[in-house]
Amino acid sequence: MSYTGEHLVYGQFGNFFIVLSLLAAAVAAISFARATVVQEPSDKKAWLTLGRIAFISQTLAVFAIFGLIFYILQQHLFEYHYAWKHSSRSLEFKYLLAAIWEGQEGSFLLWMTCHSVLGLVLLTKRSEWGAPVLSVLSMVQFALSTMIMGLYIFGWKMGSNPFILLRDSGVLDNAPALHVNFDITQALRPDYLSSIKDGNDLNPLLQNYWMVIHPPVLFMGFASTSIPFAFAMAGLWKKKYGAWAEEALPWALFSTAVLGVGIMMGGMWAYESLSFGGYWAWDPVENASLVPWLIGVAGLHTLLIYRATEQSLRATYLFFILGFLFILYSTFLTRSGILGETSVHAFTDLGMNWQLLAFLSVFTLPSLAWFLQAYKRIPSPQKEEEISSREFWMFIGSLLFFLSAMVIIGQTSLPVYNKLSTFFFEQIRSIPLLKDWLGPNATPLNLAPPNDLEFSYNSVQIYVAIIVALLTALTQYFKYRHTETRYFWKKMLIPVLVSGILFALFSWQVGIDYPRKGPVFEGSIWLAVLLSIYALVANLSYIWIGARGKLQHAGGSIAHVGFAMVLLGIFISSSNKEIISNNIDGIPAPLAEGENPRENLTLIQDMPVNMANYTLTYLGDSAHPKKQLWYYKIRFVNKNGTDSFLLTPNAFVNYKGNEGLMANPDARHYWDHDVFTYITSIPNPENTADTSRFVPYVRKTGDTLYYSKGTLLVQSLGLRDNVPDSLFGQNGKLYELPVSVQAATGTSYQLTLRAALAKGQWISLPDTLTTEGMILKLQKVLPDGSVELGIKESDALLKYVTLKAYRYPWIKLLWYGVWITAIGLLISMIRRIRIRRLRIAKS
Amino acid sequence: MHIILLVLIAASIAVLVSFTNTTSTYDTIETAKEKSGTYVHLMAKLDKSAPIEYDALNNPNYLSFTAVDSLGSSVKVVYHSAKPDNLEMSDKLVLKGKFNNGYFECEEIQTKCPSKYKEAEAQGKTHPGNVPDPRNGNATN
Repeated sequence: MSYTGEHLVYGQFGNFFIVLSLLAAAVAAISFARATVVQEPSDKKAWLTLGRIAFISQTLAVFAIFGLIFYILQQHLFEYHYAWKHSSRSLEFKYLLAAIWEGQEGSFLLWMTCHSVLGLVLLTKRSEWGAPVLSVLSMVQFALSTMIMGLYIFGWKMGSNPFILLRDSGVLDNAPALHVNFDITQALRPDYLSSIKDGNDLNPLLQNYWMVIHPPVLFMGFASTSIPFAFAMAGLWKKKYGAWAEEALPWALFSTAVLGVGIMMGGMWAYESLSFGGYWAWDPVENASLVPWLIGVAGLHTLLIYRATEQSLRATYLFFILGFLFILYSTFLTRSGILGETSVHAFTDLGMNWQLLAFLSVFTLPSLAWFLQAYKRIPSPQKEEEISSREFWMFIGSLLFFLSAMVIIGQTSLPVYNKLSTFFFEQIRSIPLLKDWLGPNATPLNLAPPNDLEFSYNSVQIYVAIIVALLTALTQYFKYRHTETRYFWKKMLIPVLVSGILFALFSWQVGIDYPRKGPVFEGSIWLAVLLSIYALVANLSYIWIGARGKLQHAGGSIAHVGFAMVLLGIFISSSNKEIISNNIDGIPAPLAEGENPRENLTLIQDMPVNMANYTLTYLGDSAHPKKQLWYYKIRFVNKNGTDSFLLTPNAFVNYKGNEGLMANPDARHYWDHDVFTYITSIPNPENTADTSRFVPYVRKTGDTLYYSKGTLLVQSLGLRDNVPDSLFGQNGKLYELPVSVQAATGTSYQLTLRAALAKGQWISLPDTLTTEGMILKLQKVLPDGSVELGIKESDALLKYVTLKAYRYPWIKLLWYGVWITAIGLLISMIRRIRIRRLRIAKS
Repeated sequence: MHIILLVLIAASIAVLVSFTNTTSTYDTIETAKEKSGTYVHLMAKLDKSAPIEYDALNNPNYLSFTAVDSLGSSVKVVYHSAKPDNLEMSDKLVLKGKFNNGYFECEEIQTKCPSKYKEAEAQGKTHPGNVPDPRNGNATN
């Protein structure tokens, strides 16, 4: 059966390249492995050449797959499920990349692409470590290739193929209109494709520039953790346990920089584009990528210790191995659907759980077993570190990072415990001998996240941060092996004084206001701020004291300065963040003990409302020319009128058949704070259909009339009869009726309603009182001089939005801190590469 | 060094153990009522036959509706924030809060909807690579 309009050749090529990438990765892994173990130089060379060819082939295959998917999306070839599911005709070109990595298949592909790029860099190095490292990398690459295979093996699905056709994907199976004779048991119509007019589009929340750059950086970070892991494996393999350290160090620095930036770009995206009021929520997806970073930082520092003192090599092995394994564990957590209800992120179960679990175990078990088996042989000097040595404190810091990571992942893995316990119960009860052992009333674990999830993390991690900040400040002032006490205190003196002054200034001008969790926690935040300032000043000073102002030698200090800024930014912005939409007319909520929070504020169009320090007016909305995207214009004017700005938070309304609102915030940035707002509710479009009718009321001058939100007073009727006959005809009359409206809110209005008797007909001009949700008109004047008023009350008249607004202070410290940390790490990386080159050139 | 190592590891384990004491549970309406005053995750559905009370003009921070669970119990839910826009469309709700004074005082609502993107949309959050599969929901456009 052939179908009209399909372009099958791209998918055929795509599948060819998927198979090629899988086979080439396998050949590369085996060839580099042979090149590692064979002794004969000519054999070694031959295997190396074969490995190189294979690795380059797999790289080209991966790029080709990527290019084909891009082309399919860009050409709107909706016969491919991937294009139909992730893109649409209206999707802007700039978001095509985001559409590729919206799907699991695309994100695996992105990960593979990053591995390929890193592998190409490794290929250019002529080093004895090239072969084993590339062999391990190719194995990882092979495992990733299986994720996009899309084969069924003995009824088990292996991988999810990005080139699957729409008609094979199952989505058309229940659409009678697309089948012959409108019968879904029959084949598809040959021209079914002509009915597929458009795709589902990229999730509107991902239609954002951050989604174009955050995933590649993050996945480059993920991929980069494979390299230190591969070096550690290579060390075990070649039984040269510490010789790889020098070459691995720049990679470890690179990995820390890129993964860190990748994670925080996710935070920037969340902060700028998502309506949940912050950059970090301790969500499982966030934690899952933070944990490998923390372990990587620990590994980086123990590696530095090893380079300087030969200590801590075993710890370095452990950290590099676990750093990579936790990337795999993260992959399993976030893609298997196991997190279920614990995350507000959406998770799909692609039916690949066994494969993800296999991916995790196939690297975890051998690498840990190998490490444990070789543990005794990994050299470790017997001499204990002195307390006055740099390495002692660096090691404590690394350990703290590692344990902090373990605690975080332990908390994040809550749903895994439930699953394991359920599995355990099922197994026990299925064994006849043991089935009564658990007792009839025992139930598996059913743990849900705690009441205050964020606090359950914050209350622990703040103490980690406090110690880490202190160590970051002090450690560089210690020398490796041994430090003279006088030297240390002499160098320390100025930074301590400067930090003291800065902290005093901070307490006086800014301060911390976070009473919610008690004085101990608030005190801890103050202490954390003090020590972060100290870390900042001490490391800044060290650029001159230690590196004599030579920035290219001060990578470590620069990174630490950035990190101290990150900490400071987090503490100040998170604890002083305020919801300002609960502060209406100068009355902050909650008003009293037990009063409910009032975080949402409704703004009626053109009706100014005082909120915190601002007067807000909702000016109206405008629509995106092509999409169901609405921009809501909110004018902010501050109390003394010195500052005024317009924020236009937007929202997708009932986008592509998805009922509801998907809101994006808008922010006003100042050097020391941001004001941002987003829409939480809009009138239901169903209610805006105006179904209410004019209700007639007959009244005389001086009468009052009640409406739902106040009273109306009818004043004396006026008449103008000098109206032109040409318009009004003979005996035309124009009546004017002044009406005063007293709203229950206390506001009063004066209106003049007009009605004309023209050519024997009553013509009324309705008058709208938007704020009262009311339309009034004078319908007619009766012969006895009384008037008939028509009143219509309806919510549909009112254009309003409900919003939330925040004030985020000092957030810029965090963002600049992230970049400075990364720059410091990269400066260090370049310096380490140079030092190594010089050493090789000399020898 | 070894002593510090042991102390820190013991501290981490202590932290994790104390964390398990702060965890909450997934509950039905009956069990939530039994644990009146305790913070729980209530798994329920919106009772579409009962009215939803929300008037953003009057009070944008008051939502009230009736939830039913798979065992047939029902409970009045009060939520002091804006109404999740897809509440009516949801086929499953995770209500976080506690039962008190005859109603369920909800602090956070997670809505799970049958069609695509809905879960993500529930909190205005989603993540690339994790978009629900339309195969489970609506078929064609």
